Amino acid sequence: MNFDIGNPSYGLVFWTLIAFLLLLLLLRKFAWKPIMEAIGEREKSIEDALTSAEKAKEEMARLTSENEQLLKEARAERDVILKEAKVLKDQIVADAKTLAQTEGAKLIEQAKKEIDDQKKRALTEVKDQVSSLSLEIARKVLQKEFEDDKKQEALVADLLKDVKLN
Amino acid sequence: MDFRHFFTSKKISFIVFFAVLATFSTVQAAPAETDSTAVESHGAHDAEVFKPTEVIMEHISDSHDWHLWGHTSIPLPVILYTDKGFDVFLSSAFHHGEQDHQGKHYTYRWVDKKKIRVVDAAGEVDEAASAKVWDFSITKNVAAMFLSVILLVLIFSSVAGAYKKRVGKAPKGFQSLIEPIIIFVRDDIARPNIGHTYAKFMPLLLTIFFFIWFNNLLGLIPIFPGAANVTGNIATTFALALVVLVVVNVNGNKYYWGHILKPHVPWWLYPIMIPVELVGVISKPFALMIRLFANISAGHIVILSLISLIFVFNSLATVITPVSLAFVLFMNVLELLVAFLQAFIFTLLTALFIGMAVEEHH
Repeated sequence: MNFDIGNPSYGLVFWTLIAFLLLLLLLRKFAWKPIMEAIGEREKSIEDALTSAEKAKEEMARLTSENEQLLKEARAERDVILKEAKVLKDQIVADAKTLAQTEGAKLIEQAKKEIDDQKKRALTEVKDQVSSLSLEIARKVLQKEFEDDKKQEALVADLLKDVKLN
Repeated sequence: MDFRHFFTSKKISFIVFFAVLATFSTVQAAPAETDSTAVESHGAHDAEVFKPTEVIMEHISDSHDWHLWGHTSIPLPVILYTDKGFDVFLSSAFHHGEQDHQGKHYTYRWVDKKKIRVVDAAGEVDEAASAKVWDFSITKNVAAMFLSVILLVLIFSSVAGAYKKRVGKAPKGFQSLIEPIIIFVRDDIARPNIGHTYAKFMPLLLTIFFFIWFNNLLGLIPIFPGAANVTGNIATTFALALVVLVVVNVNGNKYYWGHILKPHVPWWLYPIMIPVELVGVISKPFALMIRLFANISAGHIVILSLISLIFVFNSLATVITPVSLAFVLFMNVLELLVAFLQAFIFTLLTALFIGMAVEEHH
């Protein structure tokens, strides 16, 4: 078998060295350097991005918990305010009721008194009216009765009949 | 080394184990089998004998022309450095090895379509003069390698362009195909093995990885732009291993050299230990060279052997063809894995060796 093992062709060795070293120089300048730099930069930027994402996540979590805290506080405050308002409302309603009741009672009392007064006044007036009317009627009746003298004499005689001179 | 997650994956280790096993076991069996059947068929058909070994070796060897189909090939430039100066001509001048070529300085002959030899006036091969001629031809492997280099530069400069255009955005299209591999090389090969100084070696590791991977894949394509056995040629892997050897030792720190030249053993063991350590320096890249070469060549040999079976069983072709094709298909899929795996292992071990050289004192 002829592999040229004992005698590697120096021409091929020479050209391989030339080709390989040329390839090494060319690729180092035009390929490996920019590629390795780009990969390194990208890996660094990815790492940075991941770190900042992690940071942002922490910040987010912090903010969220802070928000929750705030919300909780706000809710508690709202509850307190509501409770206070309710108490206040009840108080106001109760006060108003009492006030209304007393006021009403007072009004009723006044009205009653007024009515009584009115009634009394009316009764007095009615009494006056009645008495004057009675007098008028009596006067008119008497006038009529005693228009003629005969009747007067009859009456007097009648009366005198009753009056027995005892 | 943090590769436990990779190797502990049962499925992967299972596949890898059988891939490696299958590759090596069939390598030894296949050529032997085809050789013997070749001999048998030799007796039956005297007229045209199919010689699988020759065919296979021709396919995995380097060549001065790039065979397309039938008798059509692309001629490639032959560059010869002689003691009198350069001689440059196209390999078509040999007319497929049938004619000698009268160059500027010598007359050349293409012996067995493999080696270029100087021919003297009498028409005989002159070995003494040939020894002085250095062959720097653009062979099939060199041309294929140049193609892959152009392809790699185009692909990766366009990917780099995508990075410049889409700064800071998610990868898109081809960029998103390449990026996971680059990240894989960085996070699973370079970083765990080299440590914090890994960035300095990333261009080398990435280039080694993609160069080997692309050439492995191109070698699997049976037609023109592929078909060259670049990474399955020991000269290529030798050159790559040489680069690794130089890089590792140039970057070796005082602990690395201290470990080699002043090992932690009694002084009288130095005469043994220092040579052993020095052998270790060479043997590491040597193993890289052999591993890549053997794996890729083996894969090619197995596939070619399986295809050769069809021609070896000439009369039984109808029976053997489906079986053979099924095996070829299986091997091709396996080779896709091996192509990646070998690129990965070469890069991983390179990173490991660099890591050992630059490691601070432990």
